[in-house]
Amino acid sequence: MANSESGQPLAVAPQAYGALWRGLLRPLRTVAQPAAAVALALACGAALLAFNGYDARAVIDVMVLGVFQDTRSIAEILLKATPLILIGVGLCVAFRCSIWNIGAEGQFYAGAAAATAIGVSFNGLGAWLYVPLVMLAGALAGAAWAAIAGLLKIYFRASEIVTTIMLNYIALIMTSYLVTGPLRDAAAAYPQSARLVQEAWMPRILPPTRLHIGILVALVLAVVMYVFLFRSARGYALRVVGISPDAARYAGISVPRNIMISICLSGSMAGLAGAFEIAGVTRRLFQSISPGYGFEGIAVALLANNNPIGAIFSGLLFAVLRSGSELMQITAQIPQVLVLVIQGIVILSVVGFAVLRIPSLRPSE
Amino acid sequence: MSGRQLLLMDGIHKRFGPLIVSAGVTLDIEENEIHALLGENGAGKTVLMSILCGVLSPDEGQIIFKGQALKPGSPRQAIKHRIGMVHQHFMLVPNLTVAENYVLGQGSPFSVIRDMKTVHARIVELSDRYGLGVKPDALISDLSVGEQQRVEILKVLYHGVELLILDEPTAVLTPQETDRLLHLLRRLVEDGKTVIFISHKLDEVIRVSDRVSVMRDAKVVRTVKTSETNARELARMMVGRDVLMDLPRAPIEPGRVVLSVEHLNCDGESGLPALHGVSFQVRANEIVGIAGVSGNGQSELALALTGLLPIASGSVTLEGAELVGRSSHDINQMPIAHIPEDRHRMGIVLPLPLTENVILQRFDKPPFSSRGMLDMSEITRQTRDLMRRFQVKASGPGDRIQNLSGGNQQKLVVGRELDRRFDFLLINQLTRGIDIGATELVMHKILEQRSAGKAILLISTELEELFTLCDRILVMYEGRLVGEMPPDRGRLEEIGLLMAGKSPMSAA
Ligand SMILES: Nc1ncnc2c1ncn2[C@@H]1O[C@H](COP(=O)(O)OP(=O)(O)OP(=O)(O)O)[C@@H](O)[C@H]1O
Ligand SMILES: [Mg+2]
Repeated sequence: MANSESGQPLAVAPQAYGALWRGLLRPLRTVAQPAAAVALALACGAALLAFNGYDARAVIDVMVLGVFQDTRSIAEILLKATPLILIGVGLCVAFRCSIWNIGAEGQFYAGAAAATAIGVSFNGLGAWLYVPLVMLAGALAGAAWAAIAGLLKIYFRASEIVTTIMLNYIALIMTSYLVTGPLRDAAAAYPQSARLVQEAWMPRILPPTRLHIGILVALVLAVVMYVFLFRSARGYALRVVGISPDAARYAGISVPRNIMISICLSGSMAGLAGAFEIAGVTRRLFQSISPGYGFEGIAVALLANNNPIGAIFSGLLFAVLRSGSELMQITAQIPQVLVLVIQGIVILSVVGFAVLRIPSLRPSE
Repeated sequence: MSGRQLLLMDGIHKRFGPLIVSAGVTLDIEENEIHALLGENGAGKTVLMSILCGVLSPDEGQIIFKGQALKPGSPRQAIKHRIGMVHQHFMLVPNLTVAENYVLGQGSPFSVIRDMKTVHARIVELSDRYGLGVKPDALISDLSVGEQQRVEILKVLYHGVELLILDEPTAVLTPQETDRLLHLLRRLVEDGKTVIFISHKLDEVIRVSDRVSVMRDAKVVRTVKTSETNARELARMMVGRDVLMDLPRAPIEPGRVVLSVEHLNCDGESGLPALHGVSFQVRANEIVGIAGVSGNGQSELALALTGLLPIASGSVTLEGAELVGRSSHDINQMPIAHIPEDRHRMGIVLPLPLTENVILQRFDKPPFSSRGMLDMSEITRQTRDLMRRFQVKASGPGDRIQNLSGGNQQKLVVGRELDRRFDFLLINQLTRGIDIGATELVMHKILEQRSAGKAILLISTELEELFTLCDRILVMYEGRLVGEMPPDRGRLEEIGLLMAGKSPMSAA
């Protein structure tokens, strides 16, 4: 609260008046910070473009207009937001338990691979059964992949930061193996799996765009996870473990159990995101199925201050940025390196502003 | 005392939301005095001192130091004017050495590394001058609480100080360490420094201070010369009524054995043996005290009894049920309550609101939750009720507990534990940081539990507290119980000898 203490003498503003102002300003401030971060980053990006001899105004025009051009482009944003929100929401749960799961990328791959294995295997199953089955396979595989890091932490005190990063590499290599070996589509020129059986495809919700039910599931799960974290007894225990393991032990709350719950929940969300990507967008598994959703999800959660509802908005923001940078590359012919640099600036500034808001990182009184 | 004014805090106003914590405070400090600051929990002492150090900025009012107005809300200015503070809760980095802690945030990293030798030399010199026994290359995490305190004080001296502020420095000290500290304060004043000293222990205030200011309801209500007052009068100024420190303890015959500990051995967190064959019993309607200099196995005893430290051998039975081998989760389901020693580490979860601290052990049981969901309105209602019964001062049940004053945090913990269903109550330091009015209240509640048939084990470094509450006192030294005493103030000396590891017989 220290930042809301202005040095103004109280006698000047009558109390009720001040309270009203504060009430109006509080939501404004929450929105203002990320907005300022994005604006600042875009300004830096524009300067960078100008410095490299591009017409910054024109590029930004192309971007802003292009991103929100029509239903299709908005659907594409939502399509990108789906994995970002799912992963971000899952990481909110892990981070609230102080489990630094950097392995969402690997868990995404595990989910995608499992969804493919299930999705190419059965014939004659109704979609009402097949679709949930694929989702379940992805979620379970993601959870199982994450559970490895959880068990290593509990039994060998191995830092989950290190193990989840290592598991990312293993998941990537396993995927390569699967698409060049057991799951390879013999007819295809590139290493990729066969197409999923049509009954396993995610139903589309806004034809003719590719938008599928995944976005709805992501929104529902964000709300469910919010309620879990802040309204349920289990979620409370998980947060206590995250803030103070000593207090948790004192209260008889099991630390290892909550470590497993949180890491598996976050893994299952990433795995589910992988399943959606396969069964909703690509219909096949191939080597680089994720453009880094697992890592961007970390920024999504941090920007949302580990609040699952907030992750909806930060997920959308990152999806917009992603679409924008694609447009820069394709339409405005900006080299990819430069686009990456600009994207990096945005993420840094956004996360930097977020850190300012996390009370535990601020000097306390 | 020179009689010349060093500091004037004039008309200080400060509020946090609806809570007024300084309502036009005026405090004047003379050069070269020890000035004690007294007041109930939440009266605004810590906040006032934070304002003086520039950590908080006042809404109104000015600070005049040596005739010069200080810029409010600027820690840099305070440091420049050599105002230094040792906080109620220590602020040292545990995995750094003493010297590393001192240079933290000072100058550029390169100059710091280059000058490390000089830093060491200065620490040794200062430590020798004041007899503090601080070693520059000791790791903070290896130091006892008393040692850490001396490190904190030396840190302020190291950076150069004219006005030294100590916020409840003696709350965690043993009587011997307290004596040492008070002695040090006199030395500092002889060296021309000025000290502001916050404490809830009136006898210390009487012993060491030159003048006393009493705070009440966010104001300084009076400043008096210590030589012209006494403990009784000070207590009345603080609380507004007479405080009875000697509570009547009704004679009750102890009942059945509730807790029985036999030949308990266990290792401390460092892996070294901490308890050696400890055996005792606590009966219903009985308060058993454990006296001892801190660090003689009391913490380990409390942790072992509650399943937080593995027991090497021996047996602990509660109402006939064996506790050894059970997890802290299982023990929490049994009729036991535990007021822990270190409230910041265990007793509370600092960033969470009061409500979510009240439910810490019972969050998954009715009335706090049903079918897995927390019942927020019931939790809020119960928190309000607890705040009222234990006089916890806060802006509301949704306030983060880290915003509460130290004493108010402790009252909430005590209240929470007494609200649990229990036959055996384990207390490790009951009144740490609590003001005298609240101490009376809390002691009263503990005696009520005794009358209600509860068995109570009270571990304390405060002999006064033990004499007031206990039916018998066990003395602990180096992990062993070395004697049992009746709560008889006349035998204070004997207890002191036992605590020091000497046998009263041979010493006599
Ligand atoms: N950052 C904060 N936000 C809101 N309230 C605060 C904050 N800091 C202090 N308070 C409130 O200000 C009041 C005065 O607190 P302070 O810590 O000064 O009390 P104190 O006199 O030092 O008490 P104690 O003897 O228990 O340490 C308390 O009621 C506390 O809840
Ligand atoms: Mg205080």
